[in-house]
Amino acid sequence: MDGEADASLAVSEDAGNGRRRRVHGMLKLYYGLNEEGKAAEQQESLDPCDINGPHFDPELFLNKLRRECSLAELMDQETCMVKQIRSLDSDMQTLVYENYNKFISATDTIRKMKNDFKKMEDEMDRLSANMATITDFSARISGTLQDQHAQITKLSGVHALLRKLQFLFELPARLNKCLEMQAYAQAVNSHRRARCVLQQYSHLPSFKGIQDDCHAIIEKLAQELRQKFRDGGSSAKDLSECVELLLQLDEPAEELCDKFLNHARSRLELDLQGLEAEIKPYSSASSTKDPSARAPSSAAAAGSPTDNSPKATTFLSPTSNTDILEFIDRGCNEFVSSLCLVITSYQELFINHAQTGELASKNIPQMANGKLHAFVNDLAARYFSLVERRIQEEKGVGDNSLLVRALDRFHRRLQAVAKLLPGSDVPNKGTEIVIRAATERVKQYLAALQSFYLDSLTDVRQALATPRLSVSGASAAGGGALLGGALSGRDATTSLPDLLSSLSASILNQIKSVLASVHLFTAKDITFSNKPYFKGEFCSQGVRESLVVSFIKFVCQSSRQFCESAGDKGGSTPPALLLLLSRLCLDYETSTISYILTLTDEQFLVQHHSPVTPVTSLCAEAREAAQKLLNHYVKVQGLIISQMLRKSVETRDWVNTIEPRNVRAVMKRVVEDTTSIDVQVGLLYEEGVRKAHSSDSSKRTFSVYSSSRQQARYAASYTPSAPMDTNLLSNIHKLFSERIDIFSSVEFNKVSVMTGIIKISLKTFLECVRLRTFGRYGLQQIQVDCHYLQMYLWRFVSDENLVHFLLDEIVGSSAHRCLDPAPMEQSVIEVICERG
Amino acid sequence: MEDDAPVIYGLEFQARALTAQAAETDAIRFLVGTQSLKFDNQIHIIDFDDENNIINKNVLLHQAGEIWHIGASPADKSVLTTCYNKTSDSRVLSCAAVWKMPSDWEMGSHESSDDSAHNPQALELLCRLDDTTHGNAACVLWEPMGDGKRVISLADNHALLWDLQESSTQATVSNIASLEGKGQLRFTSGKWSPHHNCSQLATANDTAIRGWDLRTMRLVHPSYRNARRLLLKLRHHCGQMATLYNSCCTSPQEQSQIYCIENAHGLLVRELDFNPNRQYYLASCGDDCKVKFWDIRNVQEPVKTLEEHSHWVWSVRYNHSHDQLVLTASSDSRLILSNMVSISSEPFGHLVDDEELSEGEDIHKDEKTKEPLKDSIVSTYEEHEDSVYAAEWSSADPWLFASLSYDGRLVINRVPRTLKYHILL
Repeated sequence: MDGEADASLAVSEDAGNGRRRRVHGMLKLYYGLNEEGKAAEQQESLDPCDINGPHFDPELFLNKLRRECSLAELMDQETCMVKQIRSLDSDMQTLVYENYNKFISATDTIRKMKNDFKKMEDEMDRLSANMATITDFSARISGTLQDQHAQITKLSGVHALLRKLQFLFELPARLNKCLEMQAYAQAVNSHRRARCVLQQYSHLPSFKGIQDDCHAIIEKLAQELRQKFRDGGSSAKDLSECVELLLQLDEPAEELCDKFLNHARSRLELDLQGLEAEIKPYSSASSTKDPSARAPSSAAAAGSPTDNSPKATTFLSPTSNTDILEFIDRGCNEFVSSLCLVITSYQELFINHAQTGELASKNIPQMANGKLHAFVNDLAARYFSLVERRIQEEKGVGDNSLLVRALDRFHRRLQAVAKLLPGSDVPNKGTEIVIRAATERVKQYLAALQSFYLDSLTDVRQALATPRLSVSGASAAGGGALLGGALSGRDATTSLPDLLSSLSASILNQIKSVLASVHLFTAKDITFSNKPYFKGEFCSQGVRESLVVSFIKFVCQSSRQFCESAGDKGGSTPPALLLLLSRLCLDYETSTISYILTLTDEQFLVQHHSPVTPVTSLCAEAREAAQKLLNHYVKVQGLIISQMLRKSVETRDWVNTIEPRNVRAVMKRVVEDTTSIDVQVGLLYEEGVRKAHSSDSSKRTFSVYSSSRQQARYAASYTPSAPMDTNLLSNIHKLFSERIDIFSSVEFNKVSVMTGIIKISLKTFLECVRLRTFGRYGLQQIQVDCHYLQMYLWRFVSDENLVHFLLDEIVGSSAHRCLDPAPMEQSVIEVICERG
Repeated sequence: MEDDAPVIYGLEFQARALTAQAAETDAIRFLVGTQSLKFDNQIHIIDFDDENNIINKNVLLHQAGEIWHIGASPADKSVLTTCYNKTSDSRVLSCAAVWKMPSDWEMGSHESSDDSAHNPQALELLCRLDDTTHGNAACVLWEPMGDGKRVISLADNHALLWDLQESSTQATVSNIASLEGKGQLRFTSGKWSPHHNCSQLATANDTAIRGWDLRTMRLVHPSYRNARRLLLKLRHHCGQMATLYNSCCTSPQEQSQIYCIENAHGLLVRELDFNPNRQYYLASCGDDCKVKFWDIRNVQEPVKTLEEHSHWVWSVRYNHSHDQLVLTASSDSRLILSNMVSISSEPFGHLVDDEELSEGEDIHKDEKTKEPLKDSIVSTYEEHEDSVYAAEWSSADPWLFASLSYDGRLVINRVPRTLKYHILL
């Protein structure tokens, strides 16, 4: 036991300060509240030497103390433990006392409660009795008050009626007052409220009187409103208020619509007149203004010669006043926007408003809608006609963007109308105008292109006519002027390729710039560009067909005209121009046309819905033109040489001529001219294929020529004996040739062109020779001349046999036409020709 | 088909002159004049036997010189004119004369053609159409459908109207018109219009075509020039004389010239022909390879232009009865027959015949839709090897024509049958 006490003492001493808590903890343990105890238990649970733990083993504890501690320590431990035991005992005693006291006091309280409840029960009984009596009383009171309540209700009803009546009786006065104060809305409102009642009780004289009074006043009011409406000075808001009130006053809606629209019309017409006034100045004053307007423009054109000056003057003159963008702007801002305003307020008043109200039954919306459409259409038509007139004045081709922007704005603003008036065809008409303007513009561009083309042709012509001015500046000074003659032809031709390239480049550039201008119509930011017309037809029919294709056709056609007109007037067109144009057309055929069309198709994304002119047919046309031009060139050049030959044959007395000493100057001239033509053609056309002639061509010419000489000799020797020579000769001819078409088509190469020219010249020579009669020396002169031609002409042609044949024919024919056919010795001829 | 094949006849000499014998309306007969400087020239009388497709020829000698132009009298079968070149003393002279065929030329030919070739008869000279002052005859024109008493010769720049008297043995100049202007002007060819009572003449010189009124051609008075000189002197004295002088001074050309197509062809005008049925229509051809049809009331622009030949066109001839058929000859060795319906006197075909045909309505409708017939080239004849300088319609058979090339080849062709029936029916 001691040991236990000691242990407990020691523990208590260890945790001396926490003794109070431990007491509470124990109490809690006792009452099953062991949340805190658990924690303590866990801490000390395993130690059997813990005196406060649950696993405390007194034996172990004592043994441990005995083993570990000295005597003094044991003594201390014992005293400590004794102390602890004593304090524990006292604690226990106090706890028992406390519990006892609490128990006693609880018993007292329960006894007191029992007494109180009894008292309360009695009081409750008394309360219920009282309530019963109150209910009884209240029932009795309400029973007595029943009659009075009904009377009061009735009285209040009478009171309300009286107030209404008072309203009615006061109505005329009130209305009058409202009228004075111009509070029309209030007046109408009041009247509307009273109207039904008055209508209902109109059989009573007094009500009738009121009603009449009211009518009179309202009539006056309506009159005043109408007046206000008619005056039109009021703002749109006032106006719509007016209309609203009048509608409420059962005014016939149709009349109101008309009036409203009339009113709006007068204002819109003012706008239109303003617009018209802007157009008019041109038509009336253009004649007077023209000189003044043109003077600065021409000065401007002169100031910038590199600019397209011929067009500049025409561009500027009509745009001296407000430009089209301004005009359209004004039209949009003034007319279209107020039109939209009118439409919205009208719809607000007559259509939307009416649809909700009782007026809807009277088909007013439909009627009003119809009127509005007619009104809008009418005014829009006038507006459109003005716009169209203005657009038509836009003749110049200078700045297309202005027009496109104007049209765009015009079109865009019309969309507002379209939104407001879904069924209207105004936007469609607007689109039509835009389309017309666009097509018109395309036409103008075509005309501009055409005039540009003709102008550049004139420039080329001038450049060809005065080649030395340009060339001599570049070439060594004086060279061209001194040498003259054949060299001048050379000078003229050196610039041909440059002229050609600059011409075709400038035309191409012009086409491109025109395409770019026209392209504005289909730009993405332009509202009308997504219309089906601008996507499809405008691109394919408008731009491709009537602009590009037409222009190409025009080029071909005008080229062909050169052939026709020049034919009768004897070559008014310089041959070089013909040659140049033919090359141009040929270039068009080979590349330019397809390039331009591809460019167009790409730029405009042409979708070929409708049949379009195929590239091939255009190419064929260009080729045909090129062919015709080249043929004509051959003809003209051939005729120039022919003319020399003809004159030389016709003007000479061939019977009485002297023995030939040298080649006639004409022949030298012919060879010279042929050479310069050869150079000229060579600048633009390729060499072409000629029949292979052997390296000793010059020798062969002699051999062939000697055969012809033999033939001539043969003919001469044959003639005296029998008159059969012609048949034989013709047979020989047959062997020589199939058939030579003199003015036939040539191919696009130099050799073919030269062959054509030489053919024409020699054939002329032949025919002229046949019309003359020759003496001996005449024949010999022809022999010399032909030999000379032989020496020089074979190199130009594709088939030298052709030259040989024709020259043989000439010599043969002149032998026939000779009175004394004694041909010259070949060696002599050669010597003369060598001498030159 | 066989009938349509051309018949070819070869002459020994070169030849340019061809005409149909105008007075002969039964036999198909052409006259060809040869050109030879060394031998006696000949006139070949070509008779074509249509049924047997055979050519009969007779040769008459024309010893005066090479023949450049030949014309047959419209009244007398045996009378003809030639323009020929005479060379003497190394001078070449162009002359014109009226000839008569010997009366028995036909007899000789029928016996043996070979003999006639060897021993041909010569032409009898009736009279010369030479005026010493006016040389170089280019052509001689008979009065169309006349009595063979009047001819016009074109010499240099003068047109001389001759009256043939005493059975054509005497010729006197009754009228003369002259072309005056810069340079040396020469008529190249001419045509006597069959219309207006044969009072009009058309001539070609260089690039121009001129029309003349024969009634106002000036009477050639030997002292014409003297009179003018005299009047010039007297002009100052008397007003009347001055007006007389003025009327003399205004050149005959101005007075008698009716119309003038300057620059009718860009180059030389070779020949012309009048439409036998439409009095104002005229065809011309020239060195620009074109054939042009003119309305002489409006000469600014040709009514029509044909451009089929590839070289100069030397001759153009209207068919005498069906003027839509036009024959052109060119030095491209081709002969072209064109059907110029649109400017003919029968632009819609035979209307009367249409009505006759109207048994079935379908046919009638067809005809109506066809009505404005198109001009077309009927055919191109390529039988010649050399330049074709002359072509003529037969005076007896309107469907037959001859062409002559320089190498002496005469080709006789027919209008294609289909076209013939198309025109007739």
